[in-house]
Amino acid sequence: MDPRRWPVYRQLTGGDRLGRGAAARSERTEDLRPRTATADRVVKSVCPYCAVGCAQNVYVKDGRVVQVEGNPDSPVSRGRLCPKGSATLQLTTGPSREHRVLYRRPHAAHWEELDLETAMDMVADRVLATREATWQEEADGNRVRRTLGIASLGGATLDNEENYLIKKLFTALGVVQVENQARLCHSSTVSGLGTSFGRGGATMFLQDLQHSDCIVIQGSNFAEAHPVGFQWVMEAKARGATVIHVDPRFTRTSALADLHVPIRAGSDIAFLGGIINHVLQNDAYFHDYVANYTNASTIVCEEFQDTEDLDGVFSGLNRERHYYDPRSWRYEGMGTVSPASGARDAEYEERMHRISDSGHSESHGAGGPALGPGTPETDPTMRHPRCVLQILKRHYSRYTPEMVQRTCGITPELFARVCDALVRNSGPDRTSAFAYAVGWTQHTVGSQYIRTASILQLLLGNIGRPGGGIQALRGHASIQGSSDIPTLFDLLPGYIPMPHAHAHETLDSFVVADSAQKGYWGNMRAYVVSLLKAWWGDAARPDNDFCFGHLPRLTGDHSTYTTVLAQMRGECKGYFLLGENPAVGSANTRLQRLGMANLDWLVVRDFSLIESATWWKDGPEIETGELNTRDIATEVFFFPAASHTEKNGSFTNTNRWLQWHDEAVEPAGDARSDLWFMYHLGRIIRERLAGSTAARDRPVLDLTWDYPVEGPLDEPSAEAVLAEINGYGPDGAHLATSSQLRDDGTTSCGCWIYCGVYKDGVNQAARRKPGSEQIWTAPEWAWAWPENRRVLYNRASAAPDGTPWSDRKALIWWDGETGRWTGHDVPDFKLDMPPSYRPDPGATGPMGLSGTDPFILQADGKGWLFAPTGLVDGPMPTHYEPQDSPFDNPVYGQRRNPVRQLFPNPYNRYHPSGSDPGSDVFPYLITTYRLTEHFTAGGMSRWSPYLSELQPEAFCEVSPELADARGLEHGGWATLVTARNAIEVRVMVTRRVRPLRLNGQVVHQIGLPYHWGPNGYSTGDSANELASVALDPNVHIQEVKAFSADIRPGRRPRGAALRTLVEEYQERAGITATTGTEV
Amino acid sequence: MGLLSGPETNVAADAGHVDPPPRMGFFTDTSVCIGCKACEVACKEWNAIPEDGLAFTGWSYDNTQELGSDSWRHVAFIEQPVPDGDGDGRDGVRWLMASDVCKHCTHAACLDVCPTGSLFRTEYGTVVVQEDICNGCGYCVPACPYGVIERREEDGRAWKCTMCYDRLGDGLEPACAKACPTDSIQFGPLEELRTRAASRVAQLHVAGVSDARLYGHDPADGVGGDGAFFLLLDTPETYGLPPDPVVTTRDLPAMWRYAGIAALTLFGGITAVSMFGRRR
Repeated sequence: MDPRRWPVYRQLTGGDRLGRGAAARSERTEDLRPRTATADRVVKSVCPYCAVGCAQNVYVKDGRVVQVEGNPDSPVSRGRLCPKGSATLQLTTGPSREHRVLYRRPHAAHWEELDLETAMDMVADRVLATREATWQEEADGNRVRRTLGIASLGGATLDNEENYLIKKLFTALGVVQVENQARLCHSSTVSGLGTSFGRGGATMFLQDLQHSDCIVIQGSNFAEAHPVGFQWVMEAKARGATVIHVDPRFTRTSALADLHVPIRAGSDIAFLGGIINHVLQNDAYFHDYVANYTNASTIVCEEFQDTEDLDGVFSGLNRERHYYDPRSWRYEGMGTVSPASGARDAEYEERMHRISDSGHSESHGAGGPALGPGTPETDPTMRHPRCVLQILKRHYSRYTPEMVQRTCGITPELFARVCDALVRNSGPDRTSAFAYAVGWTQHTVGSQYIRTASILQLLLGNIGRPGGGIQALRGHASIQGSSDIPTLFDLLPGYIPMPHAHAHETLDSFVVADSAQKGYWGNMRAYVVSLLKAWWGDAARPDNDFCFGHLPRLTGDHSTYTTVLAQMRGECKGYFLLGENPAVGSANTRLQRLGMANLDWLVVRDFSLIESATWWKDGPEIETGELNTRDIATEVFFFPAASHTEKNGSFTNTNRWLQWHDEAVEPAGDARSDLWFMYHLGRIIRERLAGSTAARDRPVLDLTWDYPVEGPLDEPSAEAVLAEINGYGPDGAHLATSSQLRDDGTTSCGCWIYCGVYKDGVNQAARRKPGSEQIWTAPEWAWAWPENRRVLYNRASAAPDGTPWSDRKALIWWDGETGRWTGHDVPDFKLDMPPSYRPDPGATGPMGLSGTDPFILQADGKGWLFAPTGLVDGPMPTHYEPQDSPFDNPVYGQRRNPVRQLFPNPYNRYHPSGSDPGSDVFPYLITTYRLTEHFTAGGMSRWSPYLSELQPEAFCEVSPELADARGLEHGGWATLVTARNAIEVRVMVTRRVRPLRLNGQVVHQIGLPYHWGPNGYSTGDSANELASVALDPNVHIQEVKAFSADIRPGRRPRGAALRTLVEEYQERAGITATTGTEV
Repeated sequence: MGLLSGPETNVAADAGHVDPPPRMGFFTDTSVCIGCKACEVACKEWNAIPEDGLAFTGWSYDNTQELGSDSWRHVAFIEQPVPDGDGDGRDGVRWLMASDVCKHCTHAACLDVCPTGSLFRTEYGTVVVQEDICNGCGYCVPACPYGVIERREEDGRAWKCTMCYDRLGDGLEPACAKACPTDSIQFGPLEELRTRAASRVAQLHVAGVSDARLYGHDPADGVGGDGAFFLLLDTPETYGLPPDPVVTTRDLPAMWRYAGIAALTLFGGITAVSMFGRRR
C-alpha cells in the first residue's frame, strides 16, 4: 500500500495535525458510495400500504431490490414516506416472505410442499368440481345461473388489473360471492357520498387541503393512519387554517390540531346534526349555493312522515320484516322508482326488499339513484312546509347544544367553538373541509354518518370548491380501485349494479330500472353494453342481449358476512383469500375461522403465513379445544404472492388517481402476481371446459381471455388488461372518453369510469411529470377518474352565472369568449354547456340538466340534502345507538337503526343495551383503530421487525379513572370480554382517554388497536374477536367503532376455560337468542 | 478559538479539510412532529441497523426508549396534563413528540477521546464512526454528554448516526429527513437552518406558543453548538435532553496542565530527594 495513504503520513503532511478529520479517513470511508448511486436501475413505483399513494423509487442492483424510498416528483407525497412506507424494503425483501407453495391435506397436522403447476391444477379441479356440485340454474323460479359454493375475499391490496381479472373470471364461472376489504372499510362511503352527490369517491384531493380555512377531522386518525397525506393539513395550518379533531381519544392527530373535541364513540350523527341545526337556526347557510345547487327547494310528497312525527322512525317502516318501503319519501310530482319499468304488482314490496338487501345503495358510486318519471315540484322561496329545507329544519331542531351534550358528552362551550369555526370559515370567500375514515363508516348507521357530513357541507357551500369538500381517507393501496373495478358481490365495474334475479331478466329491464332519466347516468345502457363487449367480445351481439344472460344473478345479500354463515352451514365450500386476513381483520373472527373449518378447500395467497392460513393447526379454537386439527377436513393451499415491486399494475388512491407501478424484479420461487394466478387459473379452467356444451360453461368459454404473456414466468401483460379496461372504439382505437361509449355493441370498455386512462394508446396512469413543474392540481401526474378531474362537482366553485364565488376561491369558470368552461382543473361539467342553458321539458341524459346543475350524475343535478331514494334506512340521518350500547337513545324513543342487519346466531350473541337488565355487565364502550406503526390485520407489518419493534404488543388505552375503578395496572394485563369472546392485551393508562359525562352517566371508553393476531413476529390477541356482526343495511359494513364490553385486570383464561368465562358473562347478562334483536 | 471548547466557525477546515462544503446539519422542529417514527424506520432501512427488541415499555408510544447502537433516531413521546377549559373541570392533555438524534457537536468529545481515529470529523462538519477502524474500546461512550453513542452487543463496535455520510457525498439528504412526512426533520447548511429556526420560533411566539424555544443552536453553549439542533415546546429535561450539556473534554487542557504541574512537582521532588540522598 502506498505509504502516502497512511493516516500518519497524511496527519503529518496535511492540515489535520491532530488526526481528527481528513487524515483519519479510512479506506472504507474513501470508497463509500450510497447504494442509490451504485444501483443499476431506478424503477418507479407506488407504496403498497395505505391509499395516499406515495410514489416510490425502487433501486435495483444485480437483479435485487436494494433500496426503496420516496420519489420527490410526486405531487401528493413529495418524496416522503411514513414508517410503513419506509419499511417497504424489509416487506419486499425480508426473510418473512414465503416462496414455496404449501399444501395441507384434509385432517393433516402439517404443511407439505407442492410444486406450483400441480397446485394450480388441483385448484382448477376443485373449482370445477365444487361449481358443478353446487350449480344453481334457478332460484325461486328465476334464472340465476350461479354457484354459491365458492367465494373469494380480497383485492384492496391488489392492482386494478388484478381486481378486473378476479371479477371477470369469477363472474363468468357464476361465482357471485366476490368480496374485498372495501366491504369492511368504505362501502358506506360509496352509498353515503353517492346518494348525496352522485359519486362515491372523495370529493377533493389531498393537496387541496392546503387551501382549506378550516379542517374538521372526525372519524379519522389522519396523522396516524395517513401520515404523508397529513402534510397537507400541516400546510393549511401553516397558512392559518383552524384544525379540529373530533375523536373519542386524544391521538397523534389531536396533538397537532388546534382543538380536540372528545366525543362518545357512536354519537357523531348527533354531533353533526347539532351543527346542521346551528347552521339552519342561525341562518348561517350559504344561501345562493343552497338555493341553486341543492334540493333544498324541492317539495316532498304528502305521505312523508319524519322521525319527529314517529319518535325516531320514518314513514314506511315494516316492523315485522325490518325494512322500509321508501315510496313515501319521494319528491312531490314524481312517480316511484320500481325495478320493472314502473310496474306495480303484488310482489312489488317483496322485490324492493330483496333488491335493497343486495347492497343496491353501493351502486351509486358513479351515479345517483334514479328518480323515476316526472318532474319534481319546487318552491324557489324555500318556504313551503314540505320543501326539503323546511323538513330539514324540523328534523334537526331537536339536535340542540344540550342534546349534543347529553348524547355526545361534549359541553355546549366546546360545541360552540366548532360551530363558530366552521361557519366563520365557510362562504364565498372561505372554505372548510371534512376528513374522515372508518371511524365513520363502520357503524350500523355508517352510510348515514357520511350523509350527515354531506348535508352539512352542502349547507355551508363547501362541495366542489378549492379547499372545500369531503376527504374520504381510504386505507389500502387500491381499495378505491377495488370498489371502482369491484371485487364486490353487488357491483359490476363502474358501479353498475349486479343484476338481480327478481327484476333483471333482460338488458332492457335492467337498464330501465336503474338508469336515471337525466344526467350522465342516463347513458347507463352504453356503459353496460360496452362492458359486456369487453368481457364476451364477439359472442356479445344485439340478438343475444350482448350476453347479458351470461351474468349470474343475485337474490339478496351475498356479502362476506353472509358468506361466512353459509360456510358454517356447509353451503359455501371453496374459498379464495387474496391478500386479506379475515381471521384477524373481520368482525367476530371466531366466526370467520369456524366458517373456514367447515370448507372443503381454501386457497390463501399472501406474503407470509397469516392467521387465515394456519388456523387449522394453531388458531385460538385449537387452544380452547373447540376445534381439533385431526377433525378438520379443509384442504388448504398457500400460494406465495408477488409484491408490488415484482409486478406491473395500477393502484387507485384515495383521491381516485390511478398510479402505475413498474415491475422492478421478477418474483422469486413460486411467488406470483394475482394477475398471473387468475389468468392461468382461467386458462386451465377454459382448457378443461373446451368442447363443453353445457349452458353454464358458455360464459367461461365465450370470455375474452387472450392476454399476451411476457417474461420467463408467462406473466400476462397488465397493460393489455388496462387497455381493455379503458376500452376500444369501432375502429379498434383506444377510447379517449366515456362519452364515446355506445349501446349498440360498437364499443367495448371494461370500466366506463376508467375510460380515458389509456387514451391515445398511452398509459396515462404512468404519467409522472414532477409536481414541482405543474400547477397545484398536477393534471399531468397519473390520471384521475372521471376524465382526469381532480375536484369533483367543481362547477359548484362558480356561481350560477359562471363566475367564481370569489377570487380567493376560484377553480373553474365560464369563459364567454371561447364558450367553454376553463380554470385550474378539468371541468366536471359538459365543457360547452353555458350557465344559461335550460333543458327542454322532454330532454333526457346530460342535456336534461341545466347549466347550473353541478351534480351531473344526480338525476336532478342537485346535491341531496334529503335523499328521496337510494338508501334503505332513511332519507335523512338520525342518531341511533350502536347495536351494543350502554345507553338508551337520548334523542328518540327508537333506540337503534330499526332496519340494521343482524345475524342472531349462537356464535354471534348481542348485548343488552341501555336500561335493559344485564346491560351493566358490559358497561364500557370499546372503539377499535389503527396505529401508524402497523397495517390493518397485520399481514404487511407484524412480520416486519422494524415495524414490530415500534409497537410490539397488543394493548388497550384506558383513562386513569377507569384504571382506578377496575384495578388496571399501567403496563400490566387486562382481559376484555364481550358476549362473543375474551382477549388479553397490555394496559396503557393515559390521560389521552377521558371519561365523558352525558345524560347523568359517566362513560368510560376503551381504545383498542386491532392489528394483532397469534402469528408473525409481533403477536397478540385480535380486537375483532370481541366484535359482533351487526351491519349497516345499505352496504353490509360491520359496526366495530363502538360496542360495549367489560374490562378486568389480569390475563385471560387458557384452554376451555376461555369459553367458560364468556359463557358466564352471557349468563350473567341474561343473553338469549333474541337479545338486542328488537326493532 | 479553542480546539476542545468554545465557539468554532469552521469545524471542517479545522479538521484539515481543504475548501470544505458548508457545515450541514439537522433542524428538528418538534412543533410539527406527528410521532410517526418514519425517521426511525428510514434510518434503520438505509443503514441496515438491527431490530433491537420487542419491549412494550408503557412509555406512551415510545418503545424505542433511547438512542443507542441500534437506534440512531428516537422519537420521544411526552404526555402532559394541561388546563383546557372546555368546561368539564378535568385537565386536558398535551402530547409532545420529538425525534432525537446524535447532535454532531461542534466540540465532539467522542471524537476527541477516540484513540484509533475511527471517529472523525467529515468535510460536512459531521461526526462519523468508521466501522472498519473502530476497535470497540468504548472510550467514546462515557465521553458523549448526551448519551448517544453506544457499543453494539453483537460486534463490540461503537455505532451512532452518521447523518447518512454516504448519501451526503452523492448530494442526497439523510434518510430520516427525506422520509419525514411533515418536514419536522429538516436537513441543510447549518447556518441556513439556524436562521430558519430563529424565524420559526418568532412565528410561534407571535402565535401565542410562548414555550417554543431552540435547543443546541447556540455556538456559545457547552459543546460549541450542535450540528443537529431542535425546536422544543418545553424544557430540554422534559424530552430527556441535558439542559446544559458540556463537552466532557472541555477541561482536558486544564487537566493536562494540572497533571503536568503535578508531574513536574513530583519529578522535582524525586530529583530533590535523590540529590539530597546523593549528598548524604
